[in-house]
Amino acid sequence: MINYLIRRLLYAIPILVGVNLLTFALFFVVNTPDNMARIHLGIKHVTPDAIAKWKHERGYDKPLMWNATAAGAQKAADTIFFEKSVRMFAFDFGRSDEGRNISYDIQTRMWPSLAIALPVFAIGLLVNITFAMLMAFFRATYIDFAGVVLCVAMMSISGLFYIIGGQYLISKLLHLTPISGFDGGLNAFKFVVLPVTIGVIGGIGAGSRWYRTIFLEEATRDYVRTARAKGLSELAVLFGHVLKNAMIPILTGAVVVIPLLFMGSLISESFFGIPGLGSYTIDAINAQDFAIVRAMVFLGSVLYIVGLILTDISYTLVDPRIRLE
Amino acid sequence: MMPFKLVLLWTDGLLWLLLALVGLYVWRVRRHEHLLQPWRRLSRSRSGVASAVILLAFVAVGVLDSLHFRLPLEKQAGGVVRHYSPEVLSVFDLLVGPLRKQPEKTYSAPFATQLYAKETIELPGGRQLRDYPRLKYGGAHLADPAGEQAGDIAATALEGGAWALVAGWGATLALVLWLARRRRISPGAAWSLVRHGRDEIPWRTFLGTVGMLILFACLAAAFSAKYHIFGTDKVGQDVFYLTLKSIRTGLMIGTLTTLVMLPFALLLGIMAGYFRGWVDDVIQYVYTTLNSIPGVLLIAAAVLILQVYMDSNQELFDTVAARADIRLLFLCIILGITSWTGLCRLLRGETLKLGEMEFVQAATAFGVGHFRIIARHILPNVMHIVLISIVLDFSGLVLAEAVLSYVGVGVDPTMQSWGNMINGARLEMAREPMVWWSLAAAFVFMFVLVLSANLFSDRVRDAFDPRMK
Repeated sequence: MINYLIRRLLYAIPILVGVNLLTFALFFVVNTPDNMARIHLGIKHVTPDAIAKWKHERGYDKPLMWNATAAGAQKAADTIFFEKSVRMFAFDFGRSDEGRNISYDIQTRMWPSLAIALPVFAIGLLVNITFAMLMAFFRATYIDFAGVVLCVAMMSISGLFYIIGGQYLISKLLHLTPISGFDGGLNAFKFVVLPVTIGVIGGIGAGSRWYRTIFLEEATRDYVRTARAKGLSELAVLFGHVLKNAMIPILTGAVVVIPLLFMGSLISESFFGIPGLGSYTIDAINAQDFAIVRAMVFLGSVLYIVGLILTDISYTLVDPRIRLE
Repeated sequence: MMPFKLVLLWTDGLLWLLLALVGLYVWRVRRHEHLLQPWRRLSRSRSGVASAVILLAFVAVGVLDSLHFRLPLEKQAGGVVRHYSPEVLSVFDLLVGPLRKQPEKTYSAPFATQLYAKETIELPGGRQLRDYPRLKYGGAHLADPAGEQAGDIAATALEGGAWALVAGWGATLALVLWLARRRRISPGAAWSLVRHGRDEIPWRTFLGTVGMLILFACLAAAFSAKYHIFGTDKVGQDVFYLTLKSIRTGLMIGTLTTLVMLPFALLLGIMAGYFRGWVDDVIQYVYTTLNSIPGVLLIAAAVLILQVYMDSNQELFDTVAARADIRLLFLCIILGITSWTGLCRLLRGETLKLGEMEFVQAATAFGVGHFRIIARHILPNVMHIVLISIVLDFSGLVLAEAVLSYVGVGVDPTMQSWGNMINGARLEMAREPMVWWSLAAAFVFMFVLVLSANLFSDRVRDAFDPRMK
């Protein structure tokens, strides 16, 4: 198991190098620092001096990958590539184009993100599996059919409408929760309820339908017929046998997103004014702050790879036949 | 000299290419019974037929909206060179003429006869009055809106309904005659086949859906001549017109993305599965790397960079439409880059499996070349996966457009799209009293399109996936 994990971590390195090179190419080669400076300083009437100053303040005036004027190891180290891209491997994200410390921002902003994303994930999983189980229990009846129709209809509605509709109904008409905002400590609860509820409801359609197909596929297997022949009740069959055996496909879809929960949700955070990483990213995109976008791309890839490794580990927990070697 | 100047935008060209490919596919399917079989299965399902009819209606609007041209300016400067208006129009714009040409001053509610905001009106005697002014076009034919409007709406609805009835019966008659000719039976027999639903194809569902579309079209046409049925937006444009124009954007995102990514996914997926070894390793490395970057962020990064490029090279685009079009195309490409990995992985798996099959092994033993084996034996056997994933991806892409436009990395802000409508509606919802109609219009049209796409893709999967039988 340890050997396997070490190997997986080693495999992750070339992938992260690839991500790093790709973002480096996108942000510094396709799109030169001169262009960035021009966007920030206004398209027209920019003096070359202003551009040079902007670049110097942010360290974008160094050579791209190879500094021929420097001495020794500095030839490779005193470059944009080393300063801005290689350092990310040590999770040193540097400063944003506005001069803020990105690592500090990430540390303070990930908690509000988690306060929304974690409940949405956990409650959503529970609700979706419950609905899917109900549909599987009533399979091939009108209840099942109505459930599927409802799921397809719900997944045909854009997530934006759930948020707008929910804000309007719960906050504006019924005045149950604040429309948007966030607060620390226990006060956070009243701000979190609405985004979480909407997040869960918005995911029901696609989620329950997906789990229903998994359960139905399992429900036609031989061991299910055997269990019924033994005289087990339908509920015992569903929870004791079908759910257990459906764990592998469920985990495949669910575990990989757990680390990504840190990143928060772009849309709902910006709608509800939550100072998390999702709204941080959106603000960076709108302000064209390339340093933050670059840092978030790298962080997202790291978390995705962690998620893949966690998925493999979770397999061994639910299925003793799987050994990681 | 031509009275107008044809404009072929990049996405138009790709759409025609796509239609040509579809045509080629249809021609091939019609000549091969085994390819026809799944489509027959599909045509027997009621939800499949109904959703296909609705999707075709959307496609028709999108295609009509892709025939672009520029009209000459009315005032020509003397000289040989004709000057054309910078505004790019489409055939669809001509068909719905009044919708486009009847702007109000600002917001007005659906079926309203007055503006949504109070204004100072000059009375004939020189006095001034704060009131809701009458609209320039909406309900302008009524002398006393409060008293006459209900009656006028009823009369217009009846008129539209009557047209729909005529057109509906016309469609039924055409179907019966076509069926009679095709099956070589008498029209009477064909009629009873359709009426009692005894044919294997659910004609009653077909006619019901067509009838509803006709009814909607007739009512919309009858009312649009006199009112703004979905109201007007901030600058007084008809919201119904905007949402109809958004159809093209949604369809383009949903289909061109797949068209752009398909060659890569097919080539790389099959190569990885067929050649294995280091080829497989390299391809797997590429798609794991791309996959590990969160999709929205990669799209955001790429679109930001495109924006920078377009801002620094503004002289490349002669019209606003051309500029918006390049951005749409680029969005399709970048969405394609982030979404080809799923299909590529599926194709790799299927090709790995096919490589072990006896017919492929036999072909290899006979010394058939790699290219021929892939073209003759592998490709036809993975086409069902390609088809299913094209249809399955469509609805997700249409929804993604809305989200991306909201984030600010979607289509150009000047382009009509549901995402831009929803984005604008956010501020309108905060107004008091609330402006809800552009949101409602975007919701209804998007919901109908995505719902029918979802239903259709379910039926396609049932019909084509061999495991589903």
